[in-house]
Amino acid sequence: MAVSEVQVEAAVEGFAERAPLATVVLGLIRRQPLGAAGALIVIIMILMAAFAEFVAPYDPIANNFEDMLLAPGAKYWLGTDEFGRDILSRLIYGARTALFVGFVAAFVGATSGLVLGVASAYFGGRFDLLFQRVMDVFMAFPLIILALAVVSILGTGIQNVIIAITIPFIPNCARVVRSNALAIREIPYIDAARACGFSHARIILRHMVPNVMAPYLIMITAFVGQAILLEASLSYLGLGVQEPTPAWGLMLSGGAEEYAESAPWIAVFPGIGISLAVFGFNLFGDALRDVLDPKLRSR
Amino acid sequence: MRSVISKSAIALALGVTTALWVGGAAAAETPKRGGTLLYVIPSNPPSADAHRETTFGTIHPFAQFYSVLIRVNPDNPASPTDIVCDLCTEMPKPTNGGKKYTFKIRKGVTWHKTAAGAKVSEDVKKVYDQVGGTPLTAQDVKATFDRIIFPPEGVKSARKGFYTMVEKISAPDDETLVFDLKYPSGAFIPALAAPYNFVYSKKVLDMDQRWVEKNVLGSGPFRFVEWQPGAFISAERNPDYYHEGKPYLDGTEAIFAKKYSINLQALRGGRAYIQFRGFPPKMRDDLKKALGDKLTVQESAWNCALFMTPNNKKPPFDDVRVRRALTLAIDRWGGSKYLSKIAIVKPVGGIVFPDHPLAATKEELEQIAGYWPDIEKSRAEARRLLKEAGQEDLEFVFHNRAVDMPYKIVGTWMIDQWAKIGVKVTQRVQPTAPFYATLRQKKDFDVSMDFNCQSIVNPLIDVSKFNSDDISGNQYAGYQDRVLDDMWEKMNRTGDVAEQRRIMRAFEKRALDEKAYQFVTLWWYRIILHRSDVKGWKISPSHYLNVDLSNIWLEEPLRSESLK
Repeated sequence: MAVSEVQVEAAVEGFAERAPLATVVLGLIRRQPLGAAGALIVIIMILMAAFAEFVAPYDPIANNFEDMLLAPGAKYWLGTDEFGRDILSRLIYGARTALFVGFVAAFVGATSGLVLGVASAYFGGRFDLLFQRVMDVFMAFPLIILALAVVSILGTGIQNVIIAITIPFIPNCARVVRSNALAIREIPYIDAARACGFSHARIILRHMVPNVMAPYLIMITAFVGQAILLEASLSYLGLGVQEPTPAWGLMLSGGAEEYAESAPWIAVFPGIGISLAVFGFNLFGDALRDVLDPKLRSR
Repeated sequence: MRSVISKSAIALALGVTTALWVGGAAAAETPKRGGTLLYVIPSNPPSADAHRETTFGTIHPFAQFYSVLIRVNPDNPASPTDIVCDLCTEMPKPTNGGKKYTFKIRKGVTWHKTAAGAKVSEDVKKVYDQVGGTPLTAQDVKATFDRIIFPPEGVKSARKGFYTMVEKISAPDDETLVFDLKYPSGAFIPALAAPYNFVYSKKVLDMDQRWVEKNVLGSGPFRFVEWQPGAFISAERNPDYYHEGKPYLDGTEAIFAKKYSINLQALRGGRAYIQFRGFPPKMRDDLKKALGDKLTVQESAWNCALFMTPNNKKPPFDDVRVRRALTLAIDRWGGSKYLSKIAIVKPVGGIVFPDHPLAATKEELEQIAGYWPDIEKSRAEARRLLKEAGQEDLEFVFHNRAVDMPYKIVGTWMIDQWAKIGVKVTQRVQPTAPFYATLRQKKDFDVSMDFNCQSIVNPLIDVSKFNSDDISGNQYAGYQDRVLDDMWEKMNRTGDVAEQRRIMRAFEKRALDEKAYQFVTLWWYRIILHRSDVKGWKISPSHYLNVDLSNIWLEEPLRSESLK
């Protein structure tokens, strides 16, 4: 299996060498139109977050009570909230919070899971047995429950939210990666590496980890979407980032109940933002899996 | 002649119409007997013992079962100084140079017998059998105030500190209760009228001081039927109630629902006719739009103030210039105008409840830092002070309580106000228990939200929050100032209102401006929504007051609906 992945990567590299980038991109869009749509959403989000200062029409934090609770219109495209803050500007800056939390939590969670999962597969025996039971304990809790428990212990704030979201990701990634790594462990070149006297760390990091990168990358993209949703959920419950930081879940919690009837735009647009982001990352992740998984690719 | 006749006819017609209208109005205001009041309580009582609790969550469900010695006049609850008898027969005049108060206790008041449908255990029934129907005497009232003022070991009394002037309580006979004070105090009578001072049976207290935490046996307008914690509490009319003709209702049923959206839906759907704590302005507008004339709105200033409390022991907040800058940045006058549209805050006030005679006038307030009429001048001074203190780039974490209304709303506004003088603030929010742990034990905050919510408007006691932290008990800014303590003592020991007022102004100026230890942001504003067919109830400046439900009656069709 690992051999075939290496062959596929080589083939992809060879293809990239032969064809111009635009052709490759167009080819991918043709083969994965939904994935391309997801990628487009992700790219727009990243651009919005990166250039928020230039894109946002107003300060997302400054109160402007003269313009409180204005409906969407020419001056404020998506309306204003109860503090007179522009919803569009808060959505744009909110993308920064969502992506920051999403990427950091997904990267740290998936990477920790990758190393632990491969190590568990490599060492096997009692270590693997014990480690997997610990993972079972963590996986017994739904993501949101575990995140709630962590944030209840650590308190609110962006760092604690990242930790709370990261912890449930670790066992998820470790379990998937381990199953791939178990197959790799049996391939002779691992025995050869052992015979050469390489250290465990070298074997794990240089010889096994590179061969489980495909599931790892797929898990990361899935985790980003989940992390955005979790961050929004925690913020909605008042346990995530706090005012006046622009964050989508927080925007929902401020307006969802009290202004649902008289100013529905306060809740509707952040809701759309969250849905689109999660949808985009999921589409992108699915397409990435199709591209990276040789079995699916050959179909 | 014709013109005289026609004029007379018109006059007669007008007279008859007016008489009919007035008569009709009077008839409409005549209390009607019957019906069950359905109401909603946005809390869940931690216990039934009002002496130990500090929350309306205990007052709203249980006040209906108990008598008190004196109380704010239920027919004029808006007045903070109109205090009348409940169990006593006449408000006493102090003797012995203002140090002795002798109350005469009503005859004919009896403890509740078991209600017909009461769902209580056999043990509780035994207590009812022993106590129910026996007369309430001065000995019971003495036992009650002994428990509040001199609590026995193991009994928690939340307001013991309000009665530091009391030397001893005696009951020479069953109808006489005497309070001897160490010194005359204008704070004594308002403290005695606190709605938490439920009168408990001496027999019950002698049997078990903690029995009243989980059980109910009173002498008030309603008798206990059932309490399902977290769900509901129900009561039936006390046929032996001593205020003639009252209560008007056959019974009451309250549901516990913490979320305001559920409270609102309960009112909208007829599952509740009233909620006694208050609603945000937006919910008022939405419900009024939906129910129109079926909904009545009563509004009042609220005896609760939101405080901003810098940690005086932690640099740079140990520097008075930094603290003054923080209060100077806040536009209270502008905030009142706009925040009152989205939160339960409105009145601008100093340390005394704004409607009280001891409160600062607008002109007096405008002399205090943070209340200046020109906010730009105020903020320029704030920037200058920060620069002088070397804190131009001040950043800190604002500690707040995880309750939207009004804490988080006002917190968000304050962060924006501080941003206008270049101070960068992030917010840390904690649920109620850890929030208090941070204020009281950990004390690791920079600047925190705090509040002072009282029942009876009793400024002489209420402002004790500004005393030194080794005296006050609820001052979390962490300072000690013996000058303020002395002023407070003098204010409490003089019976001269003009002198009290003069000292109060100096006290206020020192606390809020010269030393800027901690600040009042805005006072709360109470909005009560109820079905228009709920009659007889009047709003007060506190959600703790006027909730014994004895003066409420239901008009048709609500009365008949509630009987179904």
